Amino acid sequence: MIIKQISIFMENTTGRLADVTALLAKSGINLRAISIADTADFGILRMVADQPDAAVALLKAAGFAARETDVIAVEVPDQPGALARIMALFRDEGVNIEYLYASLEHSADQAVIVLKVDDVAAGLAMLEKNGFVTVPSF
Amino acid sequence: MPIWNRDAECASNEARQALQLARLQTTVERVYARVPFYREKLDRAGANPDSITCLKDIAKLPFTVKDELRQTYPYGLLACDRSELVEIHTSSGTTGTPVVGAYTEADLDLWADVMARTLSMAGCVKGDTVQNGYGYGMFTGGLGVHHGARRIGANILPISSGNTRRQLMVMRDFGATHLTCTPSYSLFLAESALAEGIDLAELPLRAGCFGAEPWSENMRVEIEAKLGISAHDIYGLTELIGPGVAAECECKNGQHFNEDYFYPEIIDPLTGAVLPDGEKGELVITSLQREGTPLLRYRTRDITFLMREPCACGRTTVRIHRLLGRTDDLMIIRGVNCFPSQIENVLMRIEGTQPHYQIVIDRGATHLDEIEVQVEVEEAIFSDLTSGMESLRKRIHDELKSELGISAHIKLVEPRSIPRSEGKAKRIIDRRSI
Repeated sequence: MIIKQISIFMENTTGRLADVTALLAKSGINLRAISIADTADFGILRMVADQPDAAVALLKAAGFAARETDVIAVEVPDQPGALARIMALFRDEGVNIEYLYASLEHSADQAVIVLKVDDVAAGLAMLEKNGFVTVPSF
Repeated sequence: MPIWNRDAECASNEARQALQLARLQTTVERVYARVPFYREKLDRAGANPDSITCLKDIAKLPFTVKDELRQTYPYGLLACDRSELVEIHTSSGTTGTPVVGAYTEADLDLWADVMARTLSMAGCVKGDTVQNGYGYGMFTGGLGVHHGARRIGANILPISSGNTRRQLMVMRDFGATHLTCTPSYSLFLAESALAEGIDLAELPLRAGCFGAEPWSENMRVEIEAKLGISAHDIYGLTELIGPGVAAECECKNGQHFNEDYFYPEIIDPLTGAVLPDGEKGELVITSLQREGTPLLRYRTRDITFLMREPCACGRTTVRIHRLLGRTDDLMIIRGVNCFPSQIENVLMRIEGTQPHYQIVIDRGATHLDEIEVQVEVEEAIFSDLTSGMESLRKRIHDELKSELGISAHIKLVEPRSIPRSEGKAKRIIDRRSI
């Protein structure tokens, strides 16, 4: 299943993350995965929330450049070599991974990894064909 | 669209030039007889009222510059008796002693005429409602529009500048059809309307006359889309009359110059030589029928060129191109001359970048000039990939470099983070201490 990730453009200034998280907290939006890509001047905050549409509307209304991006969330067994097997699959099928990060989602023996790939449909089909479980929503 | 003063605006070249010559002669006679400052200046230049036998003879007259207007503050350039004055306006004086425009009854009549022409170009007729968001007071914008709208017989909402919520309320409740304010403020209004949940496209607003600060074609596109109106560029300056010197008709291909009252020339700002039509240079204006404070060959410091090709609207007046810069806005960065408008033109070519930008010039640790161009990231150009954002930054950098020959640091900033002004937008912050 395709998951909607929320991406926000942020200047690299003190307190900006506090602004975003406070805004989401006030509306009862729960974050399930979060990561930041940073450069010298700006950062791109990426996150998966339980109400993505509401979160994006809220952020836009507050003046942020925010958008939704299609990503895949896949369950990965919590053991050595599990992620390596998935990465090898992507390599062999020629699907490029643009970035990935771990979600806060967890159980005793499964981790959940969020993947942004250049061809979401191909990535999803490949994972499912090889018996990996993609998370339908958070 | 209506043409307010067909006789003046659609005159033949011959008729207009005869009128200009007669009025020029009268003006030179007037200032020579009544303004000691001009009598001395003309004497020094070896010129007098008899020097003018044809329009080309205007080149024999000396230029007037802004500093002279300041030196003669407040009444030194008055060419009428004080008892004949009915209104005084001044510039804000933020860059020094204010400059003064003094109006007789005939001057106000002239002003109402040129502003009626201006508003007519934006389709304003009797029965329309003009929301006048220019400041009322010593500034010429508010009362200039007011006099013109009165002349047309339009209904005026004299709200003046600022107080955005009230502007939106008045616009909606009184059904404004025309808006007059600075172009940057019109965008600020549009953004605020969005935030307040007011749909401007649903309102009867049809057109706007925007001036008092430079703006670009890109900004026009944005204003027209966001406000759902036709946006017209207008030109004027306190020294000559205020707004009403030139304005855009519906063709939006240069601003029609009211040359029966204001005689335009383009000169080389360095040598003072008059340049042929179509060549870029400094706009110099002579008032042809002012009584209060007429000026000879006033150097505006605005860079533009004259367009004489016929306009489809039917007016025959010469047009000036949208302002290309200011001789005093010229930034010299590492010895390279550039105007903010050049930077704006580059941003305009890059899809999705906003006309909201700011230029910061500083000297770094190396004591070399460093220029930072801050550009707001709108949703349309925002990518969730750092590589996408970096390539946007590189593209802006490279295009600026090829246009200006200088390497600027491009800083991408959040939407609406560059301060919006309610008056003139401040585009350049020069932190160099030289």
